[in-house]
This record gives sequence, C-alpha cells and structure tokens, in this order.
Amino acid sequence: MSSGDPGTSRGVTAISPDAAHANGRGRMTDKADFRSYYGRPIIKEPVWTWEIPWYFFTGGLTGASSALAAGARIAGHETLARRATLTALAMTLVNPVLLISDLGRPARFLNMLRMFKVTSPMSVGSWVLSAHGGTATLAGLSELTGRAPRTGVASDLAAGALGTVLATYTALLVSDTAVPAWHEARIELPFIFAGGAMASAGAAAAIVTPVAQAEPARRLTVLGAVLELGAAQVMERRLGELAEPYEQGTVAKLKWAALGLTAGGATCVALAGRRSRAAAVLGGALTLAGAACERWTIFKAGFVSARDPKYTVKPQRRRMEERAASDGARPVGPSRSGAEERPGTGTSADGAGHGEGRAG
Amino acid sequence: MSAPEVTVIDTPAWAGSYGDEVKPRVGFFTDTSICIGCKACEVACKEWNHVPATEYEFTGHSYDNTGDLGSDTWRHVAFVEQRVPVGGVAEGAPDSFVAEAHRQEILQRSGIEAERDGEGLRWLMASDVCKHCTHAACLEVCPTGALFRTEFGTVVVQQDVCNGCGYCVPACPFGVLDRREGDGRVWKCTLCYDRIGDGLEPACAQACPTNSIQFGEHDELRARARERVDRLQADGLAEARLYGEDPGDGVGGAGAFFLLLDEPEVYGLPPDPVDTTRDLGEMWKAAGLAAGAIAAGALAVFAGSSR
Repeated sequence: MSSGDPGTSRGVTAISPDAAHANGRGRMTDKADFRSYYGRPIIKEPVWTWEIPWYFFTGGLTGASSALAAGARIAGHETLARRATLTALAMTLVNPVLLISDLGRPARFLNMLRMFKVTSPMSVGSWVLSAHGGTATLAGLSELTGRAPRTGVASDLAAGALGTVLATYTALLVSDTAVPAWHEARIELPFIFAGGAMASAGAAAAIVTPVAQAEPARRLTVLGAVLELGAAQVMERRLGELAEPYEQGTVAKLKWAALGLTAGGATCVALAGRRSRAAAVLGGALTLAGAACERWTIFKAGFVSARDPKYTVKPQRRRMEERAASDGARPVGPSRSGAEERPGTGTSADGAGHGEGRAG
Repeated sequence: MSAPEVTVIDTPAWAGSYGDEVKPRVGFFTDTSICIGCKACEVACKEWNHVPATEYEFTGHSYDNTGDLGSDTWRHVAFVEQRVPVGGVAEGAPDSFVAEAHRQEILQRSGIEAERDGEGLRWLMASDVCKHCTHAACLEVCPTGALFRTEFGTVVVQQDVCNGCGYCVPACPFGVLDRREGDGRVWKCTLCYDRIGDGLEPACAQACPTNSIQFGEHDELRARARERVDRLQADGLAEARLYGEDPGDGVGGAGAFFLLLDEPEVYGLPPDPVDTTRDLGEMWKAAGLAAGAIAAGALAVFAGSSR
C-alpha cells in the first residue's frame, strides 16, 4: 500500500490505540502505551448512587459534631456543647436513611449486623454507625429533655469518641476497593475526610451558636479546612498519573468548587464570623457546601478511574516492571519485549477507531 | 482425590472452618489455546443457573456481543482479532475483520495495490469466569457474610443473605461481580456449587466441546496447566503463558486460572491484580490517625478560649 500508511510500513496496521481515548474520553499525554480489550473497563464501576457521597458528608458532620460536643463538655463550654449535641442528633436521623436507601435490598439492612469483620470497613462502619447513633441519640434526648444529665454527658463523650471513627471510616469504604484513584490514595483519604468533617462540624456549630460562644467552632472550621485542602493537595501530587481524573470535566469543576467554597467559607467564618452572626452563617454555609463538594469530587474521580482501563493497566504494568527490575529477574511473560510498540486489538476498537489512520 | 504430597493452596478461613467436611479445592483451568468461541459455556451457564437474559446489544467488537462478566453473565467469551505474520510469531498488529473489510473497500476504490502477502489474522478466544481467588477481596469486604468460601474452596454469594450493599462490586480486581437490576442483589459464578456437591462438573465445563474449560481438583489442574504451557512453548508458541496459576500473585493464586496466548489486558484481564484488603493494615492505621486528628482538634480548639 501507499507510504501514506505509517502503520503498514512497520508491518503493523495502524489503528491508533489512543483513538478511543481521543474520542470523548480525554487525551492521554503520552502515546498510548497500554493494551486493552476494546477499551472496555477491567474493573466494575461502583453501583453506589448519590446517597453515598452525601452520607460521607453527613457522617463526617455528625461524627465531628459529636467530637466537638465532647470537647466542649470537657472544656465546660455548655452552650457550644448543647448546640453541637443537637446538631449531631439531627444528623443522626439522616445518616441511616441515606445508607439504607442505597442498598439493593434495604429491608435487609440488619444483615449488616450479622457479623463484625475488620476486613470490611462497611461492617465496622455499620457497627460504629449504630453505636454512635445510639449514644448520640441518648445525648441529644437528654439535652432536649433535661433528664438524666449524667447519662447525657457520658453519652456525649462516647458519641464523641465513636464520632471520630464515623467521620473517617468512610474513607476506607472507597480506598478498600480495586478502584485505582481511591485505592492508591488510601493514606490521604482519611485525612481529607477528617478535615472535611472537622470543617463541617465547626461550620455547623458556628451557624447555630451565638458569636460570643462560637470561638472554638470557628477554630475547628479553619483547622478542618486546612487539613482537608492540604491533604487533598498531597493526594493529587502522590497519585501522579492517577490524579488525571481530578483534572478533567465534572470532577475538576467540583474540585475547584470545593477549594473555593471551603477556603472562602472558612476565611469568612474566621474573620467576619467573630463579629457578625450573619457572616458566620454565610461562611458556615459555604464551608459546608465545600465539604460536600470535596466528597463528591473524590466519589466521582473514582468512577472515572474505574471506567478507563488505562488507569488499571498502566499502574499495574509499571508495578510489574519495577518488581521485575528489583528482582533482576525475567520479565513477565515471554512476549513482553516489544509490547509497547504493539498495541492490542482491543484498544482500537471504539467504533470510531476503525478506519482511522489507514485511509491514506 | 488429591495426593497428599501436592501443595494445596490454603485459602483463609477455609480448610479449618470445615473440619471433617472439607473437600479438596476445585477450580477451572481454561485453556484458551483450544477455545473455538462457540459460547456453549455462556449458554449452559445461563440455562443451568437460571441467569436472566441480557439485553442484546451489537457491540461491533468481533463476535463478542456479551461484553463482560456481570450479574447476568457468569461466563464471557472474549474475541480478539489480531494481524500476525503467517509464520506465527505474534509481533503482529491489531485489526478487526470490520476494519479489514473497510480497508479492502478503500483499496478497491482507490486501486492501490495491497501488500498483505504473507500475513494473516489471528483470532484469540477466551472464556472468562469468576477467578475464585485464594485471597478474595469480594468475600473479605462483604459486610453481611453473604459471600462465603465453600467446603470446595470456592467463593459463593448466599442470595438469601445479600442485601445489595454493592461493596464487592468495586472490590473485585477482575470486575466480576455486579448488582442485578430490579433484583438488588449481587450475583456471580458459583462454580456450580449445586452441581459439584453431587459429583457433577459445572455446566460450562460439561458443555465445552473442546475441553478448553477443564474442571477438577485445583492442584491437579495446576499440574496439568503447567504441562500444557510447557508443551505449547516447546512447540513454538512462545507467547503461551499461564494467568492466575501462581500462588505468589496479588490474589494468592486463582481457583479459576487460564492459559493465554497474549498479555492478560488484551483479553480484558488485569495484568497484576491485587486483593485490596492486602493493604488493610495501613488503611486502618491512616483512618486511626485521622480519627485521632479529629479528637485532638476537637480538644485543642478549646485551649485558652473563654466560655
């Protein structure tokens, strides 16, 4: 054939394997250097729907509110303790609804409590959610009715301790999966979630507490926002190529929204919120929205990384090569050599890929 | 029965928990070098297990309109078309019959001489299935215990327990499990738990006309697979390799493993799958530290603050 077909001259039919990727799925920065089965995903996308990122948010808000209430009890800040306890009570009613409605068989929620498995963050989380829900409800009811104050305080302290786990275990729900952008961020995710939880709890308390009594809440907002945004930065840097989902499309928009809302909201709470309740409410609302956006960012990024086989294949290939290099041993599989120049059939075949690059 | 001197790959919480009732571990050896792509396994599986029909979709991906494994597909036959020089060594290129037809059409219209002499197409077919991993992430993350390890060392979902939380779906490094629409529960290959208990082989293996799908005791299958790959390589098929047979891999070896003629990702398999729960220690540690950070923060913010 004509020399217009570069592939043929190499004895290789040129269907650009990254044609599939250029076609609506974002371009790769380097030449396509991985193979796949028709560009199809290798792992399954999670089946979780909108309830789950909202649960990450409300779970964080609830758990850290309980922790704030416990801290306030210990420090003797009764007004703040009361408001944080009641915030936790209100959110405690929301959490299980979100979690249960996401189940394929909601009526079987109690099967979660058939066993306790540390290998399953969802199992641990179900127990923590139940225990926290119980203690936070006791604390809240005691606060509302004024009855059994000692039990109320004890419950607050217990809910505070459980709340710290409630706010962070959710990070493991996503990191303890095969989803590349989640699993490879397993160290940073709990800190992002913890930061978001602290910022949310601080913001919520700053909204519902008089300015004069809300100083610790404002501090918690700032502390949380710094931890959340800082850990997210570290995560993206450490993810390297797997951070790509964070740089594109909806995920990128959500990420910038989270950054702007959290930073702006926390600043507003910290500076204007100490003088004006209205500013505290505004800043608090922005911070809460920011924390929600951050959870949605992470949630969606995981789906993007699950959907595209390159995020599964390339890091695994690199891992194998590193292992082979460090072993000084044979490469994996007899035909490894030249594999880079020899893309698989599959990578090319996203419909539009056919016929491209050979019509010359 | 397995000879006592053969190494049986132990699976966590398996052999011990069954005591006297434990059976030799069983599995599949899928030898893709003799798969003819008839899809009898897909059909037999659906028939025997009452797996619902899937909506027919024309993918254009060779003869594969099934796509992938899922809640309603427990055996999936992959079709890969490759252009290789007729001498056989696979340094050939990707192409499909559809693309080839398109190319031929252009060549005819333009009158350009084709120069494909001495080249041919290689058609890889492979029947994929749940791997029944030694370290099965799906089983480990399942919060209800619906996923369990049978006395045969296989991994099965108990449908009367599963509450459709969906955790196993993204946990599986092979993308095997999925939640069934309208049913809400997760379904996957049971390695015909109901058949093997009665001494029958799984439906797919029984239906396979070329014995590409072989069922048997795991250690025996592994020995057979190693023999087969040695034989193929000796015969000049240098690219033949086993996949999932090595107990040193990220899932501790698969109960269902494969002989492949190209890299795993070409068939839609992950090249280096890892059981995600292998990293649980550091994940819980990070979560613990983060929880500690909340506790410390919730106390520290009160320092020096007026009531």
